[in-house]
Amino acid sequence: MDAAQVADGSDLVSKTLRFFSFSDHSVQVVVLGVIFMGVGCGLMGGFVVTRKLSLFGDTLSHAVLPGVAVGFLWSQSKNSISIVVGAMIAGFLGVLLISLIKKSTKVGLDSALGLVLSGFYAVGICLLTRIQKLEFGNQSGIDRYLFGQITGLSAADVWSMGISCLLIALITTIFYKEILVTGFDPGFAHSIGLPVDLLQYLLWMLLAFSVITSLQVVGVILVSALLIIPAATASIITQKMKALLIWSASLGMIAGVTGSYISFLGSRLPTGPLIVLSSTLLFVTVLFLHYENGLFIQWIRLRGKDRKIALENTLKAVYQELEADNFFHDTVKLGNLAKRRRISMPEMYQESVHLVRKDFAFLLRGENQTLPSDNTLSLTPTGWSEACRIVRNHRLWELYLTNEVQYPADHVHEDAEKIEHVLGDETVRKIERILSNPRKDPHGKLIPSQQDIEQGYIDRRIAKSLP
Amino acid sequence: MNKSLLPLEVHDLTVSYNRKPVLYGIDLEIQEGGLIGIIGPNGAGKSTLIKSIMGIIPSNGGWVKIFGKKGKKSYQRVGYVPQRESVDWDFPVSVLDVVLMGRFGHAGWLKRTSKKDKKIAHECLEKVNMSPFADRQIGKLSGGQQQRVFLARALAQESDLYLMDEPFAGVDAVTENAIIELLRELKQKGKTLIVVHHDLSNAKEYFDQIILLNMRLIAYGDANTTFTKDLLQKTYGGRLTVFTEIADQSAKNSDVGH
Repeated sequence: MDAAQVADGSDLVSKTLRFFSFSDHSVQVVVLGVIFMGVGCGLMGGFVVTRKLSLFGDTLSHAVLPGVAVGFLWSQSKNSISIVVGAMIAGFLGVLLISLIKKSTKVGLDSALGLVLSGFYAVGICLLTRIQKLEFGNQSGIDRYLFGQITGLSAADVWSMGISCLLIALITTIFYKEILVTGFDPGFAHSIGLPVDLLQYLLWMLLAFSVITSLQVVGVILVSALLIIPAATASIITQKMKALLIWSASLGMIAGVTGSYISFLGSRLPTGPLIVLSSTLLFVTVLFLHYENGLFIQWIRLRGKDRKIALENTLKAVYQELEADNFFHDTVKLGNLAKRRRISMPEMYQESVHLVRKDFAFLLRGENQTLPSDNTLSLTPTGWSEACRIVRNHRLWELYLTNEVQYPADHVHEDAEKIEHVLGDETVRKIERILSNPRKDPHGKLIPSQQDIEQGYIDRRIAKSLP
Repeated sequence: MNKSLLPLEVHDLTVSYNRKPVLYGIDLEIQEGGLIGIIGPNGAGKSTLIKSIMGIIPSNGGWVKIFGKKGKKSYQRVGYVPQRESVDWDFPVSVLDVVLMGRFGHAGWLKRTSKKDKKIAHECLEKVNMSPFADRQIGKLSGGQQQRVFLARALAQESDLYLMDEPFAGVDAVTENAIIELLRELKQKGKTLIVVHHDLSNAKEYFDQIILLNMRLIAYGDANTTFTKDLLQKTYGGRLTVFTEIADQSAKNSDVGH
């Protein structure tokens, strides 16, 4: 019967085959159980997490404990309907108490949840301890509700999990649009005549089903993990409710199967925590590696942005160096650039390598081979037009700020330092129109025009005519 | 006009929050086809009035009739626009999803929204210039855009009476103009619009009629006759503090008595 122990002694491949061939009765029971559990909890978790009520599942799982104990005392056996009924009643009382506390006192929802959670849990522990000291309580395995134990899961248990899962899927599909609108905007839902409170209670009832049927597999404390983790993972992946629910249910299922598989391999570790660990691992994986919202790709993007800004600043510095001697030369020394950029020579060299790699410039060896600052940069046509574009953005923005926004001239430079990198073509055209294609910035410097960019140099006569 | 078919009739409406009275004996008879502003200081009960008309906040006394009907049945002809801050904008729904919610009242239980509903939703998005954002998650919108989504949802309801809670709060000038244009257009079509508003500077320009509110109804009528220095002072001035204090006290006393 014991899945973990039956597996002992065989090698990894045969165990894997046995697990996934699905022929063992004990494997069938366990796998079906965790699939129902994962899907049911995953779906409910999707609704709970998006309503920002994650703690609610936790509270409910603790609140049903006294009910489990009383139900057990009533029937004096483990597999009975009275445990489920008892748990439902206790859960209902817990929910009722929470809304009562919220309505009639100034205690906040979070405190009310914590209050009910710990209070009911304490009562439950007391009752369970008493039961274990009773004659029939000894071998009852009632303590499985505290920590969970998947071995010994009966076909009847799996049936109840299946029914609960089916019920959840069915009811949330039928009332999907009503549940959606009450979750997003309860006031509006009420205004179109929906029974908001009733729908809320329906959702709590379904939540109670999923919690109670999962209780004996993972225990009171870890149930909330089954609700929260798959839904939280799904919320990183998608921002659409339907997709989120499907992801959440699938992730719950995958975690369930993975956890029970690892446990089956004979690691002698309990299945419940392994399921939760698998779920957490999935979360961490998605958190870091998701192709769009993952932390890794965000880091890459940020790095890319920083790099782009550095590159544009170097191009601008090249332009300014060329401008400094009235465009007499068409090369600039790295040493001068480093001074202008206020960076060290090795950094400057690195930057120039980036420019060369991007095909924005050539690097020419200086006369003095041992002195890297003597190396010179010469812009390619694309480098030139990029440099002009960025200088143009900077100066146009400065002029716009002084002329139209009435900034004092000595305040505009720092702002333009940031804005120059993000100004889109469309905005630039708009500013040009507003300022009617200006040639001089507030400091009297030339604003490179479209023509200058196209012809690839700035006419020194024009440059000279400016102060 | 038949009095029983007034868009909105409120009689002796009284509401209290945590045993503190918020609204006292409000009487209102709103005629069809107007743009009406509810004006009053912070905590005057402007939002509470709208919410209790919609039954979102229970009242302690009085009654409300909408087009001659009481209770839930009457809501069908009302479009309610809550305050923007009242919802969680991180909720995983798209702009179109939210606007489609305006059609839920028409679709009825168990039924999915139809193609026609989707078409109407798209048209309403078009009217508030939000079509390009249809698939965007609502949290990624600016405040003004969020408000326009709410407005599109209200339009999709195709109601005859609209109750709007601070639709101009925290929106940019462009959105504010777009909203007021839209409201005027609705009024032209014979709809009745009641709008909670906090900006005194443009109230007279925006609304035909004004409801001055501070716990009780100070005045209701044409903007010309209600938006006077005297009545505004009565609404915002200190003369009402005595009334508030006594009301508080008597409420507390009656609690002790029970």
